[in-house]
Amino acid sequence: MSLRARSLHLSLGGRQVLNGIGLTARPGHFSAIIGPNGSGKTTLLRALTGEIAPQGGTITLNGQPIDRLAPETLARRRAVLPQHSALGFSFNVAEIVSIGLATHVGTEAERARLIRAALGLVGLPGHAGRLWQELSGGEQQRVQLARALVQVWQPVGSDGPRWLLLDEPVSSLDIAQQLTVMRLARDYATRGGGVIAVMHDLNLTAMFADHVLLMQDGRALAEGRPADVITDDLLSRAYGCALRVRHAPEDGVWLLPHGAVA
Amino acid sequence: MVALAPPQAYSQAGDRRHLGRALAIWLGLLLIAVSLLSLGHGASGVSASAVMGDWLAGRDLSATDRVVLFDIRLPRLLTAVLVGAALAVSGAVMQGLFRNPLADPGLLGVSAGASLGAIAAIVLGGLLPPAVAAFAGWHLVPLAAFAGSWLAMVALYAIATRQGRTSVATMLLAGIALAAMIAAVSGLMIYRADDDQLRDLTFWGLGSLAGASWTKLSAAGPVIILALVAAPFLARGLNGLALGEAAAAHVGLRVQRIKAACILSAAAATGASVAISGGIGFVGIVVPHLLRLIAGPDHRWLLINSGLLGASVLIAADMISRSVVAPAELPIGIVTAMIGGPFFMWVLLSNRRVLDA
Repeated sequence: MSLRARSLHLSLGGRQVLNGIGLTARPGHFSAIIGPNGSGKTTLLRALTGEIAPQGGTITLNGQPIDRLAPETLARRRAVLPQHSALGFSFNVAEIVSIGLATHVGTEAERARLIRAALGLVGLPGHAGRLWQELSGGEQQRVQLARALVQVWQPVGSDGPRWLLLDEPVSSLDIAQQLTVMRLARDYATRGGGVIAVMHDLNLTAMFADHVLLMQDGRALAEGRPADVITDDLLSRAYGCALRVRHAPEDGVWLLPHGAVA
Repeated sequence: MVALAPPQAYSQAGDRRHLGRALAIWLGLLLIAVSLLSLGHGASGVSASAVMGDWLAGRDLSATDRVVLFDIRLPRLLTAVLVGAALAVSGAVMQGLFRNPLADPGLLGVSAGASLGAIAAIVLGGLLPPAVAAFAGWHLVPLAAFAGSWLAMVALYAIATRQGRTSVATMLLAGIALAAMIAAVSGLMIYRADDDQLRDLTFWGLGSLAGASWTKLSAAGPVIILALVAAPFLARGLNGLALGEAAAAHVGLRVQRIKAACILSAAAATGASVAISGGIGFVGIVVPHLLRLIAGPDHRWLLINSGLLGASVLIAADMISRSVVAPAELPIGIVTAMIGGPFFMWVLLSNRRVLDA
């Protein structure tokens, strides 16, 4: 029972974006994908969601190849938070979240309860009636997260663990909201679900992830526990600049001053 | 009165469906009222209430009453209902598919495609093997119009959408170019038409309900009814598509299938309505827009309400077209454009903020 990719190859527009990369994400774990811009993080996540089919390699979800799963089955097992969301019409918050329940079979009362609970979790209780165009960037991102959450509300279902695939889930959030969202994802994993997130913030990654994949040029530069991957040497090589990792022993937080600070 | 007031808890939860539901009831009543008004309104002076009184009292209807009501006004009314609903619903479906409130079959060449199909059927129909022509019969023009609008719609979608993203600028430009090219081909067809065909073309191209008859209705009506009945089943898919094709697929919707069904139903409704009534503009863009402002963009009620309001609007426009220059008639397309154009401009200007976002 895991979400596993093996030797994925994918070229887009003549450029080799994924070059034999693999990943094994386990339920109960928060797995982070990090790496410099253009290293293929988002493309790898899009392949894991089933959105784009790699030209080589296999992806299995709870043991089954994802390209053989019916869209409804796949939707019951994993939800996706994209990096950007644009909306053509002025839907309100509750209507957008309810789109996550498109294949949900349940009563209206149950749907309403799920929507309310999810909005509470992402820190937007009482915002159900607001229009999308009136929301700030951070609010829009959290509404989309609520939409993903209702889709796979229970971290473990009868057919195995459920998965949250998040593409830069905290990119437009302030620091308090970042912590809210990271704790929420962490908690989802603790309750038995799987979380895979593309991350730009290495501090948050060090604080919350159980498993880290460091990418460079469509390949894995390193994969393993945060302590093994978030190191001076590997990060400096991947990002192409001198980076130092400092450990704050009292709370286990890692800090990453630039090389110039020394 | 029926319980139209929303339960307070519902609206606080952001559920606007009670609005859509209440609106559907009012629009249904409006449609009945406008229909009765239209039946009793016409050049012959036959009054629907008098006829109804006679009928209830058990008296026989006069031959004139019978002809006026059942052979002239009733098919015309039903044509207005079907065409109005078809234009508004196909507008709403296209706007949902393109994720843009400006998408409209009339603006983007889909109606022009239907016209070309119809013109081609009239001009080139004689070249068909007699067996085929006899088999298609009255259905030839609506079917050709449907094929034309379907081809235009597929071309438009293919050009405007790259990797699941529809560019508004490309959509509008491609639509305008498509409409111009189609108009040129239509012009060629008309150029080589003979006198009999020209008479047919002029008669058909007036953009009017004046030619409504049971025969025409029986040819195009079933296509429109099928498309209208199918549309509400697309609601959930169109709501998902509002987030983009990728997100719609993520929540478990079969995106390709939904897109194909949207294109098919919008093309069928547009094609068949153009085949009976010519090009009638603005209904497809004004009606869904107005309803979205009142009850939100949720397609679960938007599509049904668009059908109801579109029908009422076209019946009203037809009554105006019959009475302004009575006993002559104004083409109905002029009426909808005269009222719809400024109205649409007003809606656009007062909602720039929402549209720009």
